[in-house]
Amino acid sequence: MTIPTQHRVHVYGDDVNTDVIFPGKYTYTLRTPEDIAAHALEDLDPDFVQRVQPGDVVVAGRNWGMGSSREQAVTCLKYNGISTIIAASFGGLYFRNCINQGIYPIVCAGLAPIVATGAIITIDREAQEIIVGNTTFVMPPLSSSVKAILDAGGLVPMLQTRFAQK
Amino acid sequence: MPGYTFVEKVLARAAGVASARAGDILDITPDVIFSHDNSAAIIKIFQQTGAPRLAHPQKVVITLDHAVPAPTTLHAQNHAEIRQWVKEQGIRHFFEVGRGICHQVISEEALVLPGETIFGSDSHSTHFGWLGAFGMGVGRTEMAALWATGELWLSVPQALRVTLNGKLTPGVTAKDIALRLLKDLTVSGGQYRSVEFFGDTLATLSIDERPVIPNMMAEFGAMNAYFPPDEQVFAFLDAKRQRDYMPIFPDKDALYNEEYTLNVADLQPQIALPHQPDQVVSLSEAAGQPIQQAFIGTCTGGRYEDLAAAAQVLAGKKTRIRLVIIPASAEVLKEATRTGVLLTLLEAGATITTPGCGPCMGNHMGVPAPQEATISTGSRNFKGRMGTTDAFVYLANPYVVAAAAIAGEIIHPADVL
Repeated sequence: MTIPTQHRVHVYGDDVNTDVIFPGKYTYTLRTPEDIAAHALEDLDPDFVQRVQPGDVVVAGRNWGMGSSREQAVTCLKYNGISTIIAASFGGLYFRNCINQGIYPIVCAGLAPIVATGAIITIDREAQEIIVGNTTFVMPPLSSSVKAILDAGGLVPMLQTRFAQK
Repeated sequence: MPGYTFVEKVLARAAGVASARAGDILDITPDVIFSHDNSAAIIKIFQQTGAPRLAHPQKVVITLDHAVPAPTTLHAQNHAEIRQWVKEQGIRHFFEVGRGICHQVISEEALVLPGETIFGSDSHSTHFGWLGAFGMGVGRTEMAALWATGELWLSVPQALRVTLNGKLTPGVTAKDIALRLLKDLTVSGGQYRSVEFFGDTLATLSIDERPVIPNMMAEFGAMNAYFPPDEQVFAFLDAKRQRDYMPIFPDKDALYNEEYTLNVADLQPQIALPHQPDQVVSLSEAAGQPIQQAFIGTCTGGRYEDLAAAAQVLAGKKTRIRLVIIPASAEVLKEATRTGVLLTLLEAGATITTPGCGPCMGNHMGVPAPQEATISTGSRNFKGRMGTTDAFVYLANPYVVAAAAIAGEIIHPADVL
């Protein structure tokens, strides 16, 4: 059983692209997670890396992470302590990149309009609910394929188990 | 029971099942998997998985294209690690610095064929829809998993049917069709979907123009795109292909969850304004905007006909601003050399650099200064995209980019002739 957890949120709008989450110019030169994390959201929210605390959650509108397939747009948030991203919808590649890195992408259209950066939300994974004030959102169910990867902690740990058994 | 869309059919084939419907989850075994400069990072992930070796080295393609020739020691080190890996793993389809951009090279080499499935660690992998193949982008971790296992899970997407009717007028290109689709349906218009094209326009588009539209469906959020392959495509592939193939066509009564029709006969040149590819206006609305740099290149707009279009506008003229031209491949550069297009461009004042991605994603060879405006035949104009946060990128077809290079501002090509 998991207990509900409280998280501070960082809120963004619609159609946030991967170039502003992690600039393309760094994609072949920055290779450690720490170096990648230092440039998170630098062209959208330059204060983010100073402000963010482990356990915080990113909340966004429609089409979060559209554009490039670059996985660092997830890595840079993960290594700033972001474990969950809640958006009205995700770019298709970004959604998969989240799962593969063990970051839970939650589709929830109603949250971004009613919270501001700094607000506290409650995530109840057991009940599959997000609670803010008097409002409760139900999290959509995950497919078994997605759940298996998230439960393993990401695609690499899942493959490690698979190849260790061989 | 309704018929099947292209994507339902192609993914059923790739999963080895009799049939599939949108929403089904399948384990896909692709025919081709490719990566580029990001292969160095993928190698590191692959090594963490515990996989002993590549599952299918013969399916693997690697091109060096994103930062070539290496602009820094770090980039050079990346390339060196990739070359070493290619040797160790016996990867036959390896393309060196200068051969060209992955999507263009794989097409020219006929490495993927109609009805096949290709995954690339590059979002513009939707490109291969021009051949009637299923092309989809994946992340680095997924590419490592594909190297290790040869398969990937996928949820079969819904499909959007786009019908294009009519013939484009001179000076209007497939780029304008792509921009107009983005304007009408926005950057989330294709989200998670297969965008399947039909209509009498398709047959009028040349081999060089066709990839532009599936390529830019990445900007549309599409999972993949599809053009029904025809005799032009078959003939193009026949010169090079090394295996047989079976094209796939959707059923006439396939179930699409949305339909969109555009008559392209009246279409005028379109421009995407900073900082999003769906902030599209017609050329006349953007005219007069001062421009400091013009760029013709990328997987979207760096093919031979793009260079030839620019040469048509630039013949006998001089550029007022810097014009960077980067052919999408060595083949494109050779063709432009053979026909004299290259000389026309050079005489007009253009600078030509190594085939590859160039400044499109801000690596090198045309990064703008702060506050400068670039007009580009590329596909993305997000804030910071070309490497400078406070710069501005406009997207247009090659005629319009060439005209801007002459005038130093956005202008109709007819006004500089």
